[in-house]
Order: sequence, then structure tokens, then C-alpha cells
Amino acid sequence: MPELTCVICPLGCRLSVTLTPEGVQVSGNSCPRGKAYAIEEITAPKRILTAVIKVKGRDQLLPVRTATVIPKELLFTAMEEIKKLTVTPPVNMDEVVMANLAGTGVDLVATKPVA
Amino acid sequence: MREVPVELLVIGAGPAGLAAALSAAKEGCKDIILVDRLNEPGGILPQCIHNGFGLRFFKQELTGPEYAQRFINFLAAYPQVKIKTGTMVIELTRDRLAYTLSSREGLCCYRAQAVILSMGCRERPRGAVNIPGTRPAGIYTAGTIQRLMNIEGYLPGREAVILGSGDIGLIMARRLTLEGVKVRAVLELLPYSTGLTRNIVQCLDDYDIPLYLKHTVTEIYGEKRLAGIKAAPVDDQLQPIKDKVFALNCDTLVLSVGLIPENELSSTAEVTLDPATNGPVVNSLYQTTVPGIFACGNVVHVHDLVDDVSEEGRIAGRAAAAFIREKITPRTGVSVKPGRNIRSVVPQKVLAGETTLYIRAKFPEKDLFLQVGSDRVKQRVVTPGETIRHTINDDKFAKNVPHIAVSLEKGGENHA
Repeated sequence: MPELTCVICPLGCRLSVTLTPEGVQVSGNSCPRGKAYAIEEITAPKRILTAVIKVKGRDQLLPVRTATVIPKELLFTAMEEIKKLTVTPPVNMDEVVMANLAGTGVDLVATKPVA
Repeated sequence: MREVPVELLVIGAGPAGLAAALSAAKEGCKDIILVDRLNEPGGILPQCIHNGFGLRFFKQELTGPEYAQRFINFLAAYPQVKIKTGTMVIELTRDRLAYTLSSREGLCCYRAQAVILSMGCRERPRGAVNIPGTRPAGIYTAGTIQRLMNIEGYLPGREAVILGSGDIGLIMARRLTLEGVKVRAVLELLPYSTGLTRNIVQCLDDYDIPLYLKHTVTEIYGEKRLAGIKAAPVDDQLQPIKDKVFALNCDTLVLSVGLIPENELSSTAEVTLDPATNGPVVNSLYQTTVPGIFACGNVVHVHDLVDDVSEEGRIAGRAAAAFIREKITPRTGVSVKPGRNIRSVVPQKVLAGETTLYIRAKFPEKDLFLQVGSDRVKQRVVTPGETIRHTINDDKFAKNVPHIAVSLEKGGENHA
């Protein structure tokens, strides 16, 4: 029975999730938001990934993020791709520095402009 | 020495200073200088590449650099704000003379009609926690590691132990792991984490990094480079239990053991500090006890959320603009009086009208109510790691009362 801590609010309920023939059962939650969180966490956990990449000819790095959440199990695969990246300035804010990161369909974008 | 008159001098171009300068400019201030000793504005934000910023202020989840860039872009529309980076204020006087040093302009003296203190806070280093042992390379504060990895592009080591479960330490546990560093443990002296719950879950649990509560580092060893640390559980007096010491090999020790508001300049300006926050005593307008000197952000008290820092900056900026325009003498306001399970309350002096109080509990508790004067609000759970916000929105507080008592009282309804 998976146990997890709800992060929706500061209460931090300890949630228990059980798979039954009727579907996913959640206990320990104080509100419906906790149930929705538990179901997503158990069935398809997702995270935003942030990192830095090299900029050609510069000492400073460029901070990047996934445009939206990606599956949690692909975080390390995505990091391997990110580590190989180098961009050439100039780079605009929100510019896509790599499309379809790790086959997720989600783009990696710059979070800072480089002149 | 050059003496330069200026309407408003803002010291520190982090989130507090950026918001303060912007707000003062919007309120009609014509001549604002925003100084920062770093070479780019944004303060700590450029190195905070993770997301989670701006939910309250911008209603979306931004990274640190994105949050900073929004304010930098806003300020670009106000040419009356001049940002001077690479410039350090070395002394501030009570009558608002500020001595600055920069390689471009040398020594300079600004004579300001109003000053906003927005210098932020600093990390407690090894010396502040007195860890015995050798003095090898490989011991860093969490913020230093963050700067090395996210700005300068260095990996600090291969195997790390983190002491302290503050938010920056937790964030760096995840960041180190994603970059291939093995984080062996996070040790926390207290029986609870001082970090936000979502950081415990998304930075430690996600990566199976063990969190040892009621544990500390008892020894650091290694000659040139850190070779490992000894850790032990602590008893109820927070003393290490000697026969339970165990070793953890690591080449990197990350300290995330607290933040202290940086108030050297506040002190030279004779601003009164609150021992509970280590920051200036302020009123609802974020005026300090010295007329014409305002303060906002982490220099006042350490915040959980940058959004609250920006909000204080906005209030301080507007108040400073009004001070310059009207030369109003600051009113002192009614004092807040921290009571049961309250570590600190900011602002410490409440003026009539609406004031948002930032309240920090001393220890974690459940099923309480927060009592602020005659206001009573249910609190299911409080922890020192998560600030309680409470807005008082009634003129009655500022009239006819000697002080406003703030406390967390037992007896809240149980909803668990």
C-alpha cells in the first residue's frame, strides 16, 4: 500500500493509496484535493525539470526549464540530454533550446535572456 | 569625494529592492538609485533556477531567473530608476548619507531624502554551528553550492551529506542528485524539518534521500579534502548520544543551518533591531525607527516565499515616495506583542488600516487557533517552517489599545 505526503497545503496529510477492483482508493486525506493529488502521484507522477546549460563563448550558464511537467521517471534521461546541450547567443527569454526533450513532447526553454 | 543628491536610494537589487524601486517610481518618485554589489540585479534569484516562485504575485509558477526578469523588464519602463551594479554601500548614516564604493566610480557619497534597506540575508556558516574536526576543502553553505552549480558551472563533489533541512538545503539535495552527485543523507538537529513540506516530498522523497531527524554532525575528518563525517542522534537536550555515533563517507558537506538578516548598514544608521527577527523593527509602512529609512524583504525577517518579499517592497517603495513628497513624520503605531508559541511578528508596529502580519511559530503544533487582538482564526497545523499570514483589516486595532496580542492557543476544532 503506497504511502505519500500530500503537498497541496501545509497540513501535509499522510495519504494511503490502495488499488481495488473498483479503482484507486485514497485514505488519510482531509479534502478532495488530497485525493486528486494521490491519484495523480500514484498513476502518473509528473514534475517540472530545471537545469543549466552551457553558452558558447560565455563563462556563465543559461538556466532552463521544461515548458510544462514531464513524467517523473524520465527526469534522469532528460538530464542526460540537457548535459550535452550548448547554445549560441543571443538567446531570448522563453526560447526553445531543445524541442521534445527525452521524447516527452515537452520543450526545454530558456528562463533568462542572453544578449 | 563626490557628493550626489538623490531622492531615493535603494540598497540591494534583489526581489525586495526591485519591487521597492518599481513601486516608488510608480508613485511619482523622480530620481531613484538602486545599488547592488553583484554585477547583475536580482539578488539570489538568478541562482535559484528551480520553479515555485510567483504563485501569489503573478498567479503562475516561475523559476527564480524568470521572476527577477519580470521586475527588471517592468523597471525598464522607468528611466528615473538607475541600477548601479558592482557597487557596494560601505556605510549609511542616520541622516541618510550613504558611502558607496565601485571600480567604475570609486568612492562616492549619496545624500538621499529617503533610503530603503533591502540587503537580504546571509547563510550561517560552519563557525556559527561549531562542528569539531579538521578544516578540509569540501565544506560549503547550500547557497554557495547553488551559486557554484547554477551560475559558475562547477560540480562541488561526488558524494554529499547535507546538515540542516532548510529549504535551500533540500533544493540543493535534488539539484546535486540530478547532476549525478550521491546525496547520502540530510541530517536535521530538530525533531521536524524547517523546510516546506513540498520540498521534503519533491526534493528528498522523490529521490529516496534519507532524512535523519534529531541527528547532527559530531566530527568532520579528512586532510586536504573532506573524507567523511561522523553523525549521531541527539537527545532531548539536543546533545549527541555518544555511543550511537556512525560514519558517513563523503567529499562534500553542505550546510543549510539557517539565515540571518544582513544588518551591518542598518546598525551604522542606528536603526533599532528586533532580537526575534534580527531585522529592523518596522511599522505597517515598513518604516524603521529612523525617519526616512525604510526596510523590506529578508533584511527585515527571513521569508519562505519571494512573493511576500515583493509585497513588502511594494509597500516600502510607496511609503518612501510619500515620505519624499510630503515629508511626513513617521508614526510609531501600536506594538504587537508575541505570546504563546510565537517566535516573531512583522511588522512590529501596526498603524490604522490594513496590515498583513507575518507570524512565525516557535514549534510545530496541531489544532489551534491564532489569536490576533480580538480576531480568532482556526489553524489546523503550524510549523516554524511555514509563516502564517494574517491580515488585520480594522481601524479598531490602532485606537485605544496599548498593544495587539498575538498568540497560538490550544483548543481549535479537530478536523483530522
